[in-house]
Amino acid sequence: MITLGHYLVVSGILFTIGFAGVMLRRNLLIILMALELMLNAANLSLVAFSRFHIDATGAPNYNAQVFVFFIITVAAAEVAVGLAIVVALFRLRQTTHVEDITALKF
Amino acid sequence: MPAFFFWIFAAQMLIFGAAVIINRNPVASALSLVVSFLGLAALFMCLDAYFIGTIQVLVYAGAIMVLFLFIIMLLNLRTEELRKINWIASAGGAAVALAFMVQIFAVIQKFPAAKQALPPLARPTSDDVHRIGLTLFNNYNLPFQVIGIVILVATVGVIVLSRRETR
Repeated sequence: MITLGHYLVVSGILFTIGFAGVMLRRNLLIILMALELMLNAANLSLVAFSRFHIDATGAPNYNAQVFVFFIITVAAAEVAVGLAIVVALFRLRQTTHVEDITALKF
Repeated sequence: MPAFFFWIFAAQMLIFGAAVIINRNPVASALSLVVSFLGLAALFMCLDAYFIGTIQVLVYAGAIMVLFLFIIMLLNLRTEELRKINWIASAGGAAVALAFMVQIFAVIQKFPAAKQALPPLARPTSDDVHRIGLTLFNNYNLPFQVIGIVILVATVGVIVLSRRETR
């Protein structure tokens, strides 16, 4: 029997994978992909809660699904701007490696 | 929905999600991310969220990942050469991620609703586009228009950022 907890645990593991990617990888593009993994983990738990909270008519709670829709839209905008910044940075420095970008390092 | 679908798609999503951060080749990472998102879309459909699953495939696996692959192609990135790894920083990062996962599991363990099965639906949710559309335009009309402005600003910002300086 699949409970709400199964979905929450899977979502937590996916978020941790994305978090570890941001912490451990040194390539800007991979870091952006790991950010996408974290956003999607949040989406999975939102949809699981939407399915769990049945309203009076026996339908899922659609507010959470509208929220997921907004998250996907913002993620698309974020990826577009983030990749444009990576391209601008690559033109300036010929690298996407975060350890080569030390202009703000004290 | 039979339980083994959940296990198959959850395993697919997690294995290929881990492959994203393990692969050294950025193209392999991007393609693993597509497969991971397809597993996630299947999980959404297991949760009777057909509209969300569909836009997951269309927007994420379709549009966003094609954008990633285009940028990898444009920057001509190859497999990154092995650099000297800062082991202390890596161990610290892994420890923080692990501590975070332990915290999430502890919270879920304490959460009583997590042990309940998903309640049955009164009828199939194959019309959820209609329901989500009604909710979106009745209750979330202003956020919907604000999100349109966000997309517009992002589009203008991308053009400004990627334009070459003409002097």
